[in-house]
Amino acid sequence: MDKRADIVVVVNGLARQLNVPVRRNLVDMLRHDLGLTGAHVGCEHGVCGACNVRVDGVVVRGCLMLAVQADGATVDTIEGLTATGEIAALQSAFVERNALQCGYCTPGMLMTGAELLSQQTCPSRAVIRDAISGNYCRCTGYQAIVDAIETTALARKDGIPS
Amino acid sequence: MKAPDFAYCRPASIDAVCALLAEHRDDARILAGGQSLMATLNLRLSAPALLVDINRIDALRGIHLAGDGNYLRIGALARHAEVARSPLVALHAPLITAAMRHVAHPAIRNRGTTCGSLALADPSAEMPACAIALDATLVLQSQSGTRGVPARDFFFGLYETARRDDELLIEVRVPCQPADQRVGFDELSRRHGDFAMVGVAVTARGTPDRMTDLRLVVFGTDTMPIDCRDAAALADRQAWSPALGEAIASAAAASLDPDTNMFGGPAVKRRQAAALIRRVLTATFTSREAWHG
Ligand SMILES: Cc1cc2nc3c(=O)[nH]c(=O)nc-3n(C[C@H](O)[C@H](O)[C@H](O)COP(=O)(O)OP(=O)(O)OC[C@H]3O[C@@H](n4cnc5c(N)ncnc54)[C@H](O)[C@@H]3O)c2cc1C
Ligand code: FES
Ligand code: FES
Repeated sequence: MDKRADIVVVVNGLARQLNVPVRRNLVDMLRHDLGLTGAHVGCEHGVCGACNVRVDGVVVRGCLMLAVQADGATVDTIEGLTATGEIAALQSAFVERNALQCGYCTPGMLMTGAELLSQQTCPSRAVIRDAISGNYCRCTGYQAIVDAIETTALARKDGIPS
Repeated sequence: MKAPDFAYCRPASIDAVCALLAEHRDDARILAGGQSLMATLNLRLSAPALLVDINRIDALRGIHLAGDGNYLRIGALARHAEVARSPLVALHAPLITAAMRHVAHPAIRNRGTTCGSLALADPSAEMPACAIALDATLVLQSQSGTRGVPARDFFFGLYETARRDDELLIEVRVPCQPADQRVGFDELSRRHGDFAMVGVAVTARGTPDRMTDLRLVVFGTDTMPIDCRDAAALADRQAWSPALGEAIASAAAASLDPDTNMFGGPAVKRRQAAALIRRVLTATFTSREAWHG
């Protein structure tokens, strides 16, 4: 039972081979070993959501998963979602609706928002609030973030591609 | 902070997990969803020598109807999110579906497991209370065999359970709800998805004119979920009325023994519990949806 492990992870579509200490969490692996600094480290105990990334298609806390647990998995970070254009409409809406200020929470918020919009065509404001309740934002007061997610949902409903 | 140093392994079978637990006992921790364990490691509240990751054991996956359709088997790797959207759970154990939306936030539900929540026995967690209200059985396995522990005997006190150091919780068995049963669930928390300050799980049978088998479990107030049997017995063979709801709520609240924490002292918590019990009972017995039976 080694304290380091060899892992293979597909990160943003690219297979990566790494040797990591088993105690390293996923978000630190992405930031320190791969230089993907989009996902942020806030609280390190699951409360703030700044570290949200997608593992095998679902959004998880990067601080509550070990890098070694991602062995064999597919991980998508905000960099990957940006590059593919998957969340372009949501990102524009964040800018248009002034849904980010310092931007620290934004990658995590976008992850959460994108997952919600992939599950529900047109969530109500209450549902949006519910979904982002696990993401802290210290700047915006949330109103604008709800606006941005709602704007994207409504645009999509009207046939504008998201 | 970062997690302390530990060794990690990812066994491929339940037997291999049991062998490791037999060898390492309390020095080892099961890593299921990690949504509580990783947080305590990062905060350095615990420092196990070995983490035993069960995430690759297929036998622990899934939610199935079992025992000739008499109970639901929720495996140790069933995530909260999977349980929350399971049609089988919605049909046969709707109390769990109702409670699940109060369990943490989506990203945490995506990884946290329902059995992990039971094994942890946080006094503010929803699933232990539901397991007691539904008469669920927790199935534990070790090298010496398998045993089932009724939920009402599983929880002892603050994070204390009947699980021995060498046992893996492999599944929880939830009896399928009888046709005439109805359920109610609600909680008070500072922010939706946070742990409950006080929560209430209710099951009942019969009709509003003649209630039977009321189960009332209050959590978040004491060191473990409290099955308010004496208060619930007041409902037996009675017709629902607001006055009866009031009587049950005050009897139940009086039977609690809350600690003081950041949310307040015993008097505050008893008042919150009484108000919430009244609210849940009223919703359960006067909702527009017709009684089944
Ligand atoms: C910000 C935040 C908010 C949360 N809010 C809530 C909430 O409102 N309600 C709620 O109920 N929970 C909440 N949780 C906790 C979450 O539901 C956890 O997922 C759950 O309590 C533990 O499940 P897990 O699978 O993640 O277990 P882990 O974290 O992997 O393990 C927890 C403990 O249980 C033991 N264990 C786990 N599985 C087994 C098993 N099969 N056999 C034996 N031992 C086992 C572990 O060894 C460990 O000691 C919250 C967590 C966070 C980070
Ligand atoms: S850093 Fe992971 S939730 Fe805050
Ligand atoms: S924009 Fe600053 S934390 Fe949200």
